[in-house]
Amino acid sequence: MTQESRLGGVGLTLAYDRRVVARDLSVAVPDRSFTVVIGPNACGKSTLLRALARTLRPAAGTVLLDGRDIHSLRSREVARTLGLLPQSSVAPEGITVADLVARGRYPHQGLLRQWSTEDERVVTGSMAATGVGELADRPVDELSGGQRQRVWIAMALAQQTSLLLLDEPTTYLDVAHQIEVLDLCARLHEEQGRTLVAVLHDLHHAARYATHLIAMRDGRVVAQGDPREVVTAALVEEVFGLPCRIVEDPETGTPLVVPRARRGRQSGPVTAG
Amino acid sequence: MKLTRPVDPSPRTRPAARVLRCGGRSVRWRGRSLVVGLGATALAVVLGVLAIGGGDYPMSPADVLRTLTGGGSPAEDFIVGELRLPRLVTALAVGAALALSGAILQSLVRNPLGSPDVLGVTQGAATGALIVVVAGGGTLLLSGAALLGGLATGLLLWAVVGRHGLHGYRLVLVGIGTTAILTGVNGWLLTRAPLMDAARAVLWLTGSLDGRGGAQAVPLLGLLALLTPVVVGTARALSLIELGDDTATALGVPVSLVRQLLLGAAVLLAAGAAAAAGPVSFVALVAPHLARRLTRAPGPNLAAAAGTGAVLLLAADLAAQRAIDGHQLPVGVVTGLIGGAYLVWLLAARRRAARI
Repeated sequence: MTQESRLGGVGLTLAYDRRVVARDLSVAVPDRSFTVVIGPNACGKSTLLRALARTLRPAAGTVLLDGRDIHSLRSREVARTLGLLPQSSVAPEGITVADLVARGRYPHQGLLRQWSTEDERVVTGSMAATGVGELADRPVDELSGGQRQRVWIAMALAQQTSLLLLDEPTTYLDVAHQIEVLDLCARLHEEQGRTLVAVLHDLHHAARYATHLIAMRDGRVVAQGDPREVVTAALVEEVFGLPCRIVEDPETGTPLVVPRARRGRQSGPVTAG
Repeated sequence: MKLTRPVDPSPRTRPAARVLRCGGRSVRWRGRSLVVGLGATALAVVLGVLAIGGGDYPMSPADVLRTLTGGGSPAEDFIVGELRLPRLVTALAVGAALALSGAILQSLVRNPLGSPDVLGVTQGAATGALIVVVAGGGTLLLSGAALLGGLATGLLLWAVVGRHGLHGYRLVLVGIGTTAILTGVNGWLLTRAPLMDAARAVLWLTGSLDGRGGAQAVPLLGLLALLTPVVVGTARALSLIELGDDTATALGVPVSLVRQLLLGAAVLLAAGAAAAAGPVSFVALVAPHLARRLTRAPGPNLAAAAGTGAVLLLAADLAAQRAIDGHQLPVGVVTGLIGGAYLVWLLAARRRAARI
């Protein structure tokens, strides 16, 4: 993997009011990677993502986008390069899928350039890419959780940014929809060459989809790199405090974390399948 | 986990937004919003002609139109130009300002109950006016004090919730608290006023267009002219703030700046309207709802709200003048009745739709 990076943070101190979440944190997102940030609750992974997306201003340190301080750039300019799918968004009552996705075009529009043919094309394309084209005229509040999440991703896609940050995109979804959303992310990464950074809870998903993994604990980066090298029993124990064994995912060959059984419940050596 | 209603198998077909393109420029609008705008204008003209034609010196619609186009007798010119038209313009401006203020606040706090009445701005204006009444000041001073009172309340809200708290429930809760305190202060001020002045103050507190004209309309129109560019320039950003602060920031909206600008505009509009006509209730709350139902468009619907508010206040004033023979009600009584009934109906309808 190339170590070139368009987005990263140097010497970041991240805090909410006076509560410091991370101190002197430095990260670099490898260009064209699908980077996944993992770590236990309250380790600062979502806070880091918010800082990278400039929705949280660091108390100290600098977030760099293409070598420049992200807070020195015009907000709209950043929005043409860097997209974010936040943990929670609000769909206004009664808004249709097409209208919501269209709002992703804002950074490309102006008071006298409200709807170009390019806008039209990109919005249609984004809905097609996420499989919500058929839902275009349906109100968002009538959709299922999985459909709704795909609509929000379509909105972020319509923004046409080469970098896309996703804060726990699979939360509140059932397992089939989680895989559906992650497959979509993987496709965006592979086919469209976008750089993705996602915060995920599920270690198995992280190891399976990430091309670059960042493991955090207590506001520090504990390990980072290729998930096949990073995800070890020792690291999982260190980061999550979870005793486990690592086996190979029979589908993808990526590391699969199997938590140790409660004492007295072991059933002998693990057999494949 | 929330239960979702069974979905309609056939996607409803809805006319998409229309686009007008010219070179590199493009403007997007919805047919329905345009119809609502034209309808509101037509209704305002009809109601306006009726309003001008009524009163102690009745005029037929034809006479009104003739006078308005410059062909009236000196007496008609005086009655229309000096008395009735200025009052009509005040009604339209007050209605538009209140509705615009309410629409902005409802979007900003993402709460359908966000309105200058709920946030205490209206009560602050009343406090300013009452202080002048107790001190024995005149009408002009009273208007100025009402404007200042509203603005002071807006600044107080801003100072209490802080720059980063200007959203959601924090602002609404602080506003409700402010309203309660100011209502108490206003009650106390009323007890301090001499009886005659107290009666005048109570009338003012109801909201009335009686005797209002150019002196009230001109400053308010100036305020509207000043703030319209601000509101037009930030309306699209406001529709993104509705999606959540993080989403709006990610889309390139300078959220903090836009929020402060729009909060300031909303407070100014509400305080300006109160200075002109007193705290006319419910228009700021109801007009944006009504506009959204009419246009069926998502988002703040600012222009439609302003139009709806203007027509609503004009209609209410007409009803206030004509409903009871020989008796003029203050317009605030009528808006209170209409607004209250609408709110109850709305809550009942939403309850049936299992939304609350």
